Amino acid sequence: MLKARVIPSLLIKSGKLVKTTQFKDAIYIGDPVNAARIFNQKQVPELILLDINATKDNHPIFIDIVSRVSDECFMPLTSGGGIKTIEDIRQLLNSGAEKVSINTQAVENPSLIAEASSTFGSQSIVVSIDVKKTRQGRYEVYTHDGTKKTGIDPVALAIKMEEMGAGEILLNSIDRDGTRQGYDIELVKKVSDSVGIPLIASGGAGSIEDFSTVIHKGHASAATAGSLFVFHGKRLAVLISFPTKEELESSLSKV
Amino acid sequence: MIVIVDYGMGNLRSILNKLQRMSEDVIVSSDINAIEQANKLVLPGVGSFETGMANLQERCLLSVLKWKVLEENTPILGICLGMQLLTLSSEEGDVEGLGWIDGETKQFNLGEHHSSLRVPHMGWNSIDIHRESPILHGVHSDSEFYFVHSYHVCCRADSSVIATTNYGYEFASVIQKERIYGTQFHPEKSHGNGSSILKNFIERA
Repeated sequence: MLKARVIPSLLIKSGKLVKTTQFKDAIYIGDPVNAARIFNQKQVPELILLDINATKDNHPIFIDIVSRVSDECFMPLTSGGGIKTIEDIRQLLNSGAEKVSINTQAVENPSLIAEASSTFGSQSIVVSIDVKKTRQGRYEVYTHDGTKKTGIDPVALAIKMEEMGAGEILLNSIDRDGTRQGYDIELVKKVSDSVGIPLIASGGAGSIEDFSTVIHKGHASAATAGSLFVFHGKRLAVLISFPTKEELESSLSKV
Repeated sequence: MIVIVDYGMGNLRSILNKLQRMSEDVIVSSDINAIEQANKLVLPGVGSFETGMANLQERCLLSVLKWKVLEENTPILGICLGMQLLTLSSEEGDVEGLGWIDGETKQFNLGEHHSSLRVPHMGWNSIDIHRESPILHGVHSDSEFYFVHSYHVCCRADSSVIATTNYGYEFASVIQKERIYGTQFHPEKSHGNGSSILKNFIERA
């Protein structure tokens, strides 16, 4: 049977590996290729690589980094950031990524998702949805690296993206990003229960138990984390780590 | 020389990069002369069966591949779609396959009992080894590999099925007939177990 997936997320800003808190305050971590090499040695099941300021700053697609990271990956790689056209997707896939992650354009130009999934197959198209809770307790989708409000409900967007042919949803809680307070289970469950495609939960992982909670209680098919795998201890020293297969399996088997 | 056959079906960078770490003599090519010179062939591929066969035909590669594999006994490794193309036909389109493995490619038919399973079968899954094969040297049952596919191979002869994987039901995940090999998973994306298979193909197939 298929195994539940726990996936490190690497964020790139201006070519450097960084980690954010609530999508802000990017802290420099190091070289993404070196990080990919270490995660490969630790046999992570997959890797996500996102250029976080590409759309906001209108950068070209980060082909060079994706190529160099993918050369280190004996596992599938998802990459995204600033994708606007079918050609952008083709370039990323040709650079060695198995899947691409589309965020802002999925909201602004949903037909890109339909065209992309019919051109490259649904399995290679991930739609990434960034969500913030409003003061009234409602969930709202943001684009442009969490800087632009859309007024859109994440459940409605996820359903629409599935109809358009997306193969997976990457659901990010902006409020939980980098906080290590645990995933927003309510958000994950709401979205996951409303679609038939796999959902990767993102934002807030603080311990290995959080993966089990978001998969069993939030009904996520996979969970991703950043801070947990790149920082160590209270002072947040940079240290790349990943639980062993045994640790993960034992944690995930507990409900 | 190992030749990775380029017939326009998906990205070949990963498989090239991984094989280059194991052998100095690897190229990606759609050139008939290069393929003629090969002592090992890799047929990768992501996409539809019909387009795959049409692309091989368009590039005039069918006869050279047939001669290499059937007359010269050059070892070939089909990966994912490449493995499916080794069969006679597929439910994905109305064209003949290479036909070197006596079997067909069928769509996952999970029925009502497995409504929680989705197609494509995508992710890490384990294999169950049924017979010995040079390509599985040092690889054990329960080893995990990375899969992405909606169709799978059904062999008519059990002797061609080296390993199976369970996704709703058992399907052939590694096949072999003489020096013709196929893996439904992606060894180039399957960490150490995948590397072992590529290395075995280079050194033992």
